[in-house]
Amino acid sequence: MHGVVMIFFFLIPSIPAVLGNFLLPLQLGARDVAFPKLNLISYYLYTAGGVVALTAIIAGGVDTGWTFYTPYSTTYSNSFVALALIGVFINGFSSILTGVNFIVTIHKMRAPGLTWFRLPLFIWAQYATSLIQVLGTPVIAITILLVVFERLFQIGIFNPTLGGDPVLMQHLFWFYSHPAVYIMILPGFGVISEVIACFSRRRIFGYSFVAFSSLAIAILGFLVWGHHMFVAGQSTYAGMVFSFLTFLVAVPSAIKIFNWAFTLYKGSVLLDSPMLYVLGFIGLFTIGGLTGLFLATLGLDVHMHDTYFVVAHFHYVMVGGMVMAFLAGVHFWWPKMTGKMYSETAARVGVFLIFSGFNLTFLPQFVLGYMGMPRRYHTYPEEWQALNVMSTAGASVLGIGFTLTIIYLLWSAIGGKRAEANPFQAKGLEWENAGSPPIAHNFVDIPIVVEEAYAYGKKHDEAQIESPEPAKEEEVV
Amino acid sequence: MRLKLRAQNLPRRKKLSDAAHSLGRAHHFETAEQQYESATLGMWAFIVQEILFFGGLFGAYVVYRNLYIDAFSAASHQLDISLGAFNTGILIGSSLTMALAVRCAQKGEKNTIIGWLVATIILGFGFLGVKYVEYSHKWHDNLVPGSSFVWEKPGYLDVAGGQVKIFFSLYFVMTGMHALHMVIGVGIMLWLIAKIRRNEINEHYFTPIEISGLYWHFVDIVWIFLFPLLYLIGRHT
Amino acid sequence: MSEHHIVPLKIYMLIFAALLVGTVITVAIAFVDLGFLNTPVAILIAMVKATLVIWYFMHVKYSPKIVALFAFAGFFWLIIMFSMTMQDYYTRGWHEPLPIPFLEN
Repeated sequence: MHGVVMIFFFLIPSIPAVLGNFLLPLQLGARDVAFPKLNLISYYLYTAGGVVALTAIIAGGVDTGWTFYTPYSTTYSNSFVALALIGVFINGFSSILTGVNFIVTIHKMRAPGLTWFRLPLFIWAQYATSLIQVLGTPVIAITILLVVFERLFQIGIFNPTLGGDPVLMQHLFWFYSHPAVYIMILPGFGVISEVIACFSRRRIFGYSFVAFSSLAIAILGFLVWGHHMFVAGQSTYAGMVFSFLTFLVAVPSAIKIFNWAFTLYKGSVLLDSPMLYVLGFIGLFTIGGLTGLFLATLGLDVHMHDTYFVVAHFHYVMVGGMVMAFLAGVHFWWPKMTGKMYSETAARVGVFLIFSGFNLTFLPQFVLGYMGMPRRYHTYPEEWQALNVMSTAGASVLGIGFTLTIIYLLWSAIGGKRAEANPFQAKGLEWENAGSPPIAHNFVDIPIVVEEAYAYGKKHDEAQIESPEPAKEEEVV
Repeated sequence: MRLKLRAQNLPRRKKLSDAAHSLGRAHHFETAEQQYESATLGMWAFIVQEILFFGGLFGAYVVYRNLYIDAFSAASHQLDISLGAFNTGILIGSSLTMALAVRCAQKGEKNTIIGWLVATIILGFGFLGVKYVEYSHKWHDNLVPGSSFVWEKPGYLDVAGGQVKIFFSLYFVMTGMHALHMVIGVGIMLWLIAKIRRNEINEHYFTPIEISGLYWHFVDIVWIFLFPLLYLIGRHT
Repeated sequence: MSEHHIVPLKIYMLIFAALLVGTVITVAIAFVDLGFLNTPVAILIAMVKATLVIWYFMHVKYSPKIVALFAFAGFFWLIIMFSMTMQDYYTRGWHEPLPIPFLEN
């Protein structure tokens, strides 16, 4: 259930829902997303799906794991599989509708002068995410329906005793669920670009490479799903193809890391809390990504599949990566969204606790997994106790860190000091043209964009690109 | 970033008459054209999603047809080609009537729009009626997957019953999903007719008709693929 | 809505006729033994019919290119799904059979 809730109800919607809905129109210079009512339906579907899934948890939960593999989930499990799956199904439509909304918004609602290559990289990342949401989520929707039908009517499609192939379910499941991890991380990449540019006072190095790498990840991410099935009964030849393609998909992510590092170089780095989260991200995501390559190697995966190595890998990318990026974004745009400023000291303590707690929790798990400790077992041999206890201790520290973060953020929202419109002197339509928080329709008048993104530190003349409009324009104080 | 309080120096995008402004244009759009293009693109993004939704079923179909070609062939022979072909014709006809409804909307002929929409609905119901007949035949032949499924067709006894059952599972889920989408489409059409009669859709603003048409045509396309893949396997033997 | 191209009635009727003819051909050719080509031909005819519906009935011919790109992308992603899945099933026979209890009887 930790998996179901974290993946479907937290990580996938996190940045698109919390930050994307707010920032997309602002960064595009639009008054709202393309389909505001659809957006609202999206929210209600999320809530409804959440209620249904929570009911399944409270009624007794599922024992199939978040992956619902057949035939256990369809034929043998006595837990609330159908109910939990229906909750996930409803939630999936929330994701799809958000994707539709964002794609159209980015295509059609850009302010005058805002060409594709002047867009903030957060928008590029969100666009790539939305592509995955639209192309991938329906496949898990139909998979869920088939599993539910199989469970209710024993139609035989995934049951080997009736002629079905359980591996087919895994193919259809992972066709979505692998791109889903890119839904989770790509918005985080977008946040990193924004925060790094602001706190290095530099434009992003290699803007178009970062922009295209988001699209590349979205596309290549659909070709690698078989790396979850190396030992499931898939053909070895298919395994080799998937292994090779998985190595390929690591390349665009690496390109981003390099570009961010080069952005820092010769920048005027300010170590405010959003930036601390970003620096943490860069280190931890790199570790997570590299360990993913170990798992992509067919031979190594045979030993490490279903061990704690996998658990450590994905927690590094999802928590060390995505959650840190999410927190960076929340901290960066908190004054813009709430109009209040949080305590920077408390925030730095939070970063420290979360970073150290996280590493204490999950670094030992790499060792445990390498030594062979399986996942999803309720017990382990005594010789591994020290590492397990270390991991649990780290989780406590992590928990304190998250609690502290929630407390000081809520504290600031209720009674914190007022934030100005642009407390970090960041570039971007949301910072320079809208208040904190913005008015109901975002802008008094739709801005007209004449500079490239992240024009930090440039004098006015250098930043100016050939304006599409006639020369006469009025400067506004 | 330069802030302009008034975009006076820019050529304005074309705006419609006041009649259009008061009808249907949402305030977060700058022009009616932007709204129309957004609606079209949005419906297409949704259709892409639908393609992948049905695509999962077609994917399962592709796998099992390759694995169990004999069983699939035997099972497909149990389907009535004439009913299937007739249904294909009805659905293509309903696509035509829908396209004509959109055309009338473009030309501003309000009453004929309703006429063509009603025609589409009637054809849709015709399709669903034929499907009902087919489903009840299958029920009587014990070919609906579930506890009542029994495979005892003379001439096909060497084919595995379990494999045939998988064909019928796919048949019912695929055509059932398709029929569900048709029912939703009919509902949408009724909603459109209501809106036209309340004058919320007229010659100045008929985007809902156009994008509903896109949805209906997509449902037709799904059937265009379903028919040969389900009904016409191994008919030459 | 100045951009809207009103498709001539004749074109609609022509496409309609073509779709019906395509259906008749699909059924007729199913009864002709073309060996392994039966399936590809059936799919090809269906693809032609679908293209006609998309191009004319759905007005993609008269729409901005981005719409055509979306339509193409949807179907292209299906190809990805089918081919990458089938490359597993197709190559399973290339090595010792794995002990998966497929129904043999």
